[in-house]
Amino acid sequence: MTAMTHDSGNDALIIAGKSYRSRLLVGTGKYKDMEETRLATEASGAQIVTVAIRRSNIGQNPNEPNLLEVIPPDKYTILPNTAGCYTVDDAVRTCRLARELLDGHKLVKLEVLGDEKTLFPDITATLQAAEKLVTDGFDVMVYTSDDPIIAKRLEDIGCVAVMPLAAPIGSGLGIQNKYNLLEIIEQAQVPILVDAGVGTASDAAVAMEMGCDGVLMNTAIAGAKQPVLMASAMKKAIEAGREAFLAGRIPKKRYASASSPIEGTFF
Amino acid sequence: MNILLNGESQQVPDNITAAQLVENLGLAGKRLAMEINQEIVPRSTFEECVINPDDHVEIVHAIGGG
Repeated sequence: MTAMTHDSGNDALIIAGKSYRSRLLVGTGKYKDMEETRLATEASGAQIVTVAIRRSNIGQNPNEPNLLEVIPPDKYTILPNTAGCYTVDDAVRTCRLARELLDGHKLVKLEVLGDEKTLFPDITATLQAAEKLVTDGFDVMVYTSDDPIIAKRLEDIGCVAVMPLAAPIGSGLGIQNKYNLLEIIEQAQVPILVDAGVGTASDAAVAMEMGCDGVLMNTAIAGAKQPVLMASAMKKAIEAGREAFLAGRIPKKRYASASSPIEGTFF
Repeated sequence: MNILLNGESQQVPDNITAAQLVENLGLAGKRLAMEINQEIVPRSTFEECVINPDDHVEIVHAIGGG
């Protein structure tokens, strides 16, 4: 027991030099209200929480609750995203606004989308935007496809974490290409997080059992019938998957091997 | 004078500063970021930043997203 406690106690996720206990990162979109966002985020145990940057409502209800009052930056690491950006310039501009909004905060989630139907990343634009942002001093966590060559390029550019999709954003299909993901994990020198495509707790556990450093999700929690309960399930799945990865699973075999000894049988 | 504020045409007093604009919109003290003609305006410079006619002003904040 001591060994287990010791191992899991030291098992921090380190991103851009900062240490996190939780390997579950959550988005804040698609919730029915701020209270549900707050409760689900708390239940998830997440320490890194994504937000989007959008125009303020001018002249409409200036007293509506602000997300950053519900998810305060002194309690959570806020990860502003570039969701909805289809060009390098829009993504870079969004990150600069986010940095100003969050008082010089450098950690951003870069995504440059290529297509509205699939929301797959535009890889060439993602590479260009990553270069610009890294040069500009940002700590870039980058959403990308499950292509190992591109994952390595993004790491070489200086991204602090590479985040391949498991399946299309919001699809809930789970990990579609385990072998690519495994290749990405095995070659990486930076944290690899599955970003997008998780549907339920077992998907998250599978990603962690494979050796992913973390999972970022939004729809799987916010879109569940009971988001707060699903947030709790995801927290456990991530922890279970991580511990199983560290423990080292048994090899798969085609035939049985008895659990009880043969010696000492009296029949 | 006329400016383009968050994509919409808006009449504001001549020589209005960024700080006054934010105040007039009821957004004073809110966590927001501003850019004018695609250049970031640091919050620390809102008092002295004078907005010109036809400037494109964007005021943004954080909302839920994944």
